[in-house]
Amino acid sequence: MQKKPATLLALDIVSLILLGVSTYLALIFAPTEVIMGQVQRVFYFHVATAWVGMLGFVAAGVSGIVYLRTGDLKWDRVEMAAVEISLVFFFITIVLGSIWARPVWNTWWTWDPRLTTAAITELIYVAYFMLRQGIEDPDRRARFGAVYTLIGAVSVPITFMAIRLFRTIHPVVVGTESAEAQGGFAMTGDMKVAFFFALFAFTVIFIDLFWNRIRMGALADKVEQLKLKVMQ
Amino acid sequence: MLFLETTPDTSSYMIAGYAIAFGVMLIYVVSLYIRSRNLNRDLSMLEDMDKNN
Repeated sequence: MQKKPATLLALDIVSLILLGVSTYLALIFAPTEVIMGQVQRVFYFHVATAWVGMLGFVAAGVSGIVYLRTGDLKWDRVEMAAVEISLVFFFITIVLGSIWARPVWNTWWTWDPRLTTAAITELIYVAYFMLRQGIEDPDRRARFGAVYTLIGAVSVPITFMAIRLFRTIHPVVVGTESAEAQGGFAMTGDMKVAFFFALFAFTVIFIDLFWNRIRMGALADKVEQLKLKVMQ
Repeated sequence: MLFLETTPDTSSYMIAGYAIAFGVMLIYVVSLYIRSRNLNRDLSMLEDMDKNN
């Protein structure tokens, strides 16, 4: 069994603590929003998971570029780890948004520009794994994956800017929102504390999971190589 | 919600949201652990086979 580095073990513990503190700040410390009530509290995890989701998709695109330049399969592992973790976080973002929308917009889902681009982004990266499954040769798979994440990364700024460029009912946290936006609110000081702490906590959690996932990818490659050696 | 005078009770939605968020994160962490454990098991088995060869 491969031993986990002490730094990673410490990061695992710190991530768990940060998640606990962030949950406390979101559920207890932050005041209840008067118009929406308790459901507004999902906002803290909704934005934080969206942030790390997008961060990972961009990191995957960057890893793709580095792989295409160097040809080192290590970057393919980094890319795959980033996509996998971001898929999980972005899925949480979409589900939390849908749950928030039910009492506030009176619907679970609407084909608003932001919701549509977010769903497309998620599906693009689901398809990334389907593409990888269909290619046997590791180098070819890595090359195709790198180009795909590079193109897929375009969906990230489109999703981010959708609420700033198009007529949409989705509220904006930073910047000017559309006149049609519903469910926006002014953040109080305590809400800002919970909000920025959630962003920080999820960034650390992302780094921790990313490191763990990259290590697992390296282990999988080692097993694969040894399997080929033993079978010869 | 524009003309509501009291704050609506939307706590069930909040609970559902956080339950799903924690549930999904937990499933992912458990999947990472299981996959790593299986890979470690495969690795030690293959190393033994390699030594015997």
